[in-house]
Amino acid sequence: MLGLHPRDARLIERLHGDLPLTDHPFAAVGAELGMDEDEVLERLRRLLSQGVLTRFGPLYQIERAGGQFVLAALEVPPERFDAVAQQINALPEVAHNYRREHAFNMWFVLACESAAQTAAALARVAELTGLPVHAFPKEREYFVELRLPIPHAHGDADGPG
Amino acid sequence: MVTPMALDDFDRRLIGATQSGLPLVPRPYEAVGAMLGVSGELVRERLGQWLASGLIRRIGAVPNHYRLGVVANGMTVWDVDDARVDELGAQVGALSGVSHCYRRPRELPRWPYNLFAMLHGRSREEVEAQRLQVRALLGSACRADDVLYSSAILKKTGLRLSGD
Repeated sequence: MLGLHPRDARLIERLHGDLPLTDHPFAAVGAELGMDEDEVLERLRRLLSQGVLTRFGPLYQIERAGGQFVLAALEVPPERFDAVAQQINALPEVAHNYRREHAFNMWFVLACESAAQTAAALARVAELTGLPVHAFPKEREYFVELRLPIPHAHGDADGPG
Repeated sequence: MVTPMALDDFDRRLIGATQSGLPLVPRPYEAVGAMLGVSGELVRERLGQWLASGLIRRIGAVPNHYRLGVVANGMTVWDVDDARVDELGAQVGALSGVSHCYRRPRELPRWPYNLFAMLHGRSREEVEAQRLQVRALLGSACRADDVLYSSAILKKTGLRLSGD
C-alpha cells in the first residue's frame, strides 16, 4: 500500500468530484481544503509525475457524440498468443487489451468514432488473425467508473510533505 | 438511443486539446483558450454545456487505483433472467468495488452471460467476497456465473480522436 500524505489524499478525494468552471479553479478547490493555489498545483503535478494520478482533466463519454466502445474476445491458441497480441495491439482502434484466464483468453476494447468504423475494425481483426471474433457491444450501462474511498483521506495527521 | 451530438471543428479541437489533460496552471481554461485562439470564457462555457449534456462525465483527477493498492480485478459475468436484468443490474452497479457494469448480448451456446460487472479489490479474496455479495443480490434470477481474472495487461491507452 502506498503511503499517501493526508493532504494528498484529501485533494484526490475532492478532485474525484468536479473541478469548478471558474477562472481560478485550483484556488477555489484549495480554499475548500485550506490550501493555497500553489500548493494544489504543486501536489497535482507531483501526483501525476509519480503516477498516483493517471490523468487530470475532462473525462469524455464519446458515445454521446456517436463514438462507440465495443468489448470483444478471441479464443487464441496458446502457441499463437504473443503473435496475435501483437497484431491486435497494433490496431489504433484498440484501447485496452487484457489476457484473461478463460477459453476466451484475449479481451480487448475497440474505441471507434462511428458504427461503420467499429464494423470495419472487427472485420480487420477477423481477417488478420483468422479467428472468430466474439463481439459483446454494450446494450445498457448501469454504472461506470470505480469510486473507492481514498485511504487516509480522513485522517487527522497534517503537515508538510 | 439518444441522437448523437454533432461536433463542429472547434469542438473537435477543444476535445483534442483537453482529452489527455488540463494544463496545471492557475488559469487552465484561459491557457486552453490561448492554444485555440479563443477566450477562456468560451472554453468554460462549452465545457459546461458538455457536462450538462453528458459528453463530459466529470472534470477532475483519475487515480491510478493500482498505485493505491487496488491490485486485483475480476470481470464477473452472469446469466440473469432477461425480465429482471435491468432492475438487478442497477443494484449491482451501486455496490462498492464495482466499476463498469453493463448488459451485453449472450452468444449461445458458449457464452450464456448477459450481465458484466467488473470487480476491484486489494486482493483476489476481496474480489471473491464481492462476488458472493453480487451472487446473493441476484439470487434465483441468476442461472450461471463465472469470473475472468486478468493475468496480463497487453495494451492500455486512452481514447484518441483521430485527425487534427
